Amino acid sequence: MQELTFTRRATVIGGLQIGVGVLLAARMAYISVAENERYKLLSESNRVNLTLVPPRRGWLIDRNGKPIANNKTDFRIDIIPDRLRDRKKTVATLANLLALDAEELERINKELEQASSFQPVQVATGLDSEQYAAVSVRLPDMPGVSPRQGFSRNYPSGPAIGHLVGYVGIASSEDYKENPDPILITPGYKIGKDGLEKIFEGRLQGKPGAKRVEVTARGKIVRELNTRPDVPGKPLQLTLDIDLQEYAARRLGPESGSVVVLDCLSGDILTMTSMPSFDPNSFSDGIGVTEYGMLREDDHVPLLDKSLKSLFPPGSTVKPMVALSFLEAGLDPDETVNCNGGLQVGNRRFRCWKRGGHGRVDMAKGIYQSCDVYFYYFAQKIGINPIALMANRLGLGQKYPLPVLSQFYGTVPDPAWLRKKYDREWQAYDTVNTTIGQGYMLVNPTQLAVMAARIATGKKIVPRLIMDKKKTPIETLNLDPEHLLYVQKAMSDVVNGPGTAGRARLPIEDVKMAGKTGTAQVVNLDFGRGGQDVAWKYRDHGLFICFAPYDNPRYAAAVVIEHGGGSGAAYPVARDVLTFLYDREKAMDILTGMEKSWGGTIQERMDIKMAAYRARKNAEKAAAENPVPAKPAATEAATDAATDAATDADAGE
Amino acid sequence: MSDFIPAPIAQLPWKTILLLFVLASFGFVVLYSAAGGSLTPWAGLHMVRFVIFVGMAIVLSRFKESFWKTMAFPAYIAVVLMLLGVELIGAVGGGSQRWLNLGFIRLQPSELMKVAIILAVARFYDLLPPTQTRTWGAIWPLFALLAVPCALILLQPDLGTTITVVAGALTIAFLAGLPLRLFIGGGAAIAILAPIAYFFALEEYQQRRVTTFLNPENDPLGSGYHISQSKIAIGSGGLFGKGFLNGTQSHLDYLPEGHTDFVFATMAEEWGLFGGILVLFCFFLLFRWGLGVAMKAKTRFSQLTAAGLTVTIFFYVAINLMMVMGLAPVVGIPLPFLSHGGSSMMTIMICVGILMSIERHPGRRGGAFA
Repeated sequence: MQELTFTRRATVIGGLQIGVGVLLAARMAYISVAENERYKLLSESNRVNLTLVPPRRGWLIDRNGKPIANNKTDFRIDIIPDRLRDRKKTVATLANLLALDAEELERINKELEQASSFQPVQVATGLDSEQYAAVSVRLPDMPGVSPRQGFSRNYPSGPAIGHLVGYVGIASSEDYKENPDPILITPGYKIGKDGLEKIFEGRLQGKPGAKRVEVTARGKIVRELNTRPDVPGKPLQLTLDIDLQEYAARRLGPESGSVVVLDCLSGDILTMTSMPSFDPNSFSDGIGVTEYGMLREDDHVPLLDKSLKSLFPPGSTVKPMVALSFLEAGLDPDETVNCNGGLQVGNRRFRCWKRGGHGRVDMAKGIYQSCDVYFYYFAQKIGINPIALMANRLGLGQKYPLPVLSQFYGTVPDPAWLRKKYDREWQAYDTVNTTIGQGYMLVNPTQLAVMAARIATGKKIVPRLIMDKKKTPIETLNLDPEHLLYVQKAMSDVVNGPGTAGRARLPIEDVKMAGKTGTAQVVNLDFGRGGQDVAWKYRDHGLFICFAPYDNPRYAAAVVIEHGGGSGAAYPVARDVLTFLYDREKAMDILTGMEKSWGGTIQERMDIKMAAYRARKNAEKAAAENPVPAKPAATEAATDAATDAATDADAGE
Repeated sequence: MSDFIPAPIAQLPWKTILLLFVLASFGFVVLYSAAGGSLTPWAGLHMVRFVIFVGMAIVLSRFKESFWKTMAFPAYIAVVLMLLGVELIGAVGGGSQRWLNLGFIRLQPSELMKVAIILAVARFYDLLPPTQTRTWGAIWPLFALLAVPCALILLQPDLGTTITVVAGALTIAFLAGLPLRLFIGGGAAIAILAPIAYFFALEEYQQRRVTTFLNPENDPLGSGYHISQSKIAIGSGGLFGKGFLNGTQSHLDYLPEGHTDFVFATMAEEWGLFGGILVLFCFFLLFRWGLGVAMKAKTRFSQLTAAGLTVTIFFYVAINLMMVMGLAPVVGIPLPFLSHGGSSMMTIMICVGILMSIERHPGRRGGAFA
């Protein structure tokens, strides 16, 4: 009985075993034959790692082919959050190997917390080959760390070009959502984030290359299978003269302002400087919190492009334009008015800048001596409309077809505008205000340069930023050449005759510059009229427009010094910048001397400022952390050091 | 056999040894490839161990049934003491430990328990009078014998070994003639208790393995990684594989444990379905031989022991293969003769040695209670 049970049951077990065996064979056949294709693909995608090679970005070059933005080879380390195992340990190891400072660590940790899994977080760029190797050999212990040799954007002129070219940066998750192209999340790939870099993104970005490599599960590359080279982006030639741009930026020194120089023959923008500025290299590398904080807090607004986005009352620089409108309206330039320092308009007395008065003033004297009363008087006779029309014709209040993200085009007020904006009728005092470029009138520095160029040539010059070899004839403004000559002569007298800007004369033989000064009042009832003796933000703006050579205009320029205290701050800059166009050595000599007194080049001054800011922030932080003055002496010393450094940095202003 | 060969050698079970040699050699080839075409660290040692353990099995085959009978309970107690020792050392060392370091070998007592439990349970049913097989007295000692070692092995924790130990013992109980309804009822009870055990008895990592097993894509980088990569290795091999030394899954480390638990996947990637069927067929021959030994055995003890040992080896193979093919959760059981590992190979060769001993001495019909 028992024997029988055993035999029967053993047979059952044998049968079950065969059953399992058949099941396994069937299962294996199913996986390896029916699903073979699928698993083959999976094993291939395991083995082969297709890495996109970010394309080299197209260069930005200036009119002479000199690089404005190029690429430099770069060793970099990124973290791919998705593959990270032990974040704390990995970051600590990297910090040790690469000697990262506390601020960098804070940024990395913050970005790691916020990062979507697909987006690489930059640890460091611009490493030397030793640091790069130190990280590379430890890779097996640090999954998620990705070292790469790539290219990074480089702006040789740094801050001088910041506002115009913008900068590049890592694509944001919004960018990726909009365009889920894998190249966007390839470490080291950057897209234009501002300025020309952003506007010409499509042209500059190029096509990524691809590298197929065999990799182990840990990401170690075993061998390269094949590569497709990248197609670099196309270069973009700008009309700028980068040397001039850099000179202008440096010449602005510690001031806040803008220099715009146009080529009168074509409208090419030779320089469009706005200072202070930021270093696009820092932005492209991923700017630090402290550096960004400093830029944002600065009352000189380094993040704002003053050439196109700062609006100023043009002040007396509009007088040649107003004179042209008078001439067209039929005013005899020889008609005079007596200036005794002011003019009664309605129940208010409008003063001339010269309290003592100019005496008999005709149109030429009104321009070169900048007599306000002359314009008050005749503007009332001729009315606002011809003036506003002429202002528009000469480019004020106009938006230009420039490849920029935004430009503010200001205001040329007229009765219709006033009704719409403030719902009131135009008054005589509005005309009086407008005629000397005050009141509602607002312009940006580029518009001033365009106005200068149009007065210089009588042609409808439109500013251009992108180099275009073919010459399109420029429309004429249909101004009477006699009128133009008259105004141009008066502007020449501003500099070369009995005018207000004798010191603006060019130190170049045979090249005479014509110009017009302007001082835009920054009126504040609490602080009175702004001269040199009030706080910076209440000082008047200094303006100057000019063109040269006077008798055969080639260059037109505008300089605006924000809160410069008056036109005296502006025309020396214009003089030196135009000197640079004719004699670079002479201009550089002047600049070198000045920079010594300002505390170094732009970069040196920015570095000092940065150090002072950092020290102050650290002191504030320390003070906040230790409200009880446990070590008052140390805190005080730190604050003193910060203050000293800050004072040194400001010494030039 | 020819007259030139001395009788003791001619009498060796050559067919079985040849079969094992084929399996182990295939294992050698796979391990050689898994190391990227190198004898070290696995393939060479694997073959050396195999030769030593074959020698050991031949020595074991010389012992008679009476020896195994006598040894059954003392061996069981000795292995339980060793398991206890492991626990103590593990507790002192402040962590889990599965090995006893004897200096020359790192012995894994839970492996030995797979053999010891077979001998002890077989001996118990051998001693049990046939009239009592359908009584309570046939059941509780089985649970008593299982309780202590299973508790100790679960503490390690080692679910795979526990399952093998329990399955081996239950198989013998089944063959000994315990009422069928117990097994059917037990199966039903497990179906009910399994979810409860899942929540209360399993460690978190074991729970994760079960859930991941049910849906490996849920966790492609964590616990599901093993199963996914193993299936990729087997599936990408196709009919005849990628060829010797050409497996990418194993060589590029995508397949974890490609030399131990997942050695079958390593093999299948390079040898394809063809290699897999070959391995299955070899195992089929081995189990047919084992069950044949049990069928031919004349005493109750040797019948039960032979069948139990065969089923123990079978569980190794079945659980391992189901695991690598994604039919069972990852529990950590090596594949006999192919996986690299000393303790498990020793266990299996002890099983084979005892089987050969029973084949050589089938005993006489009519045991103690016949």
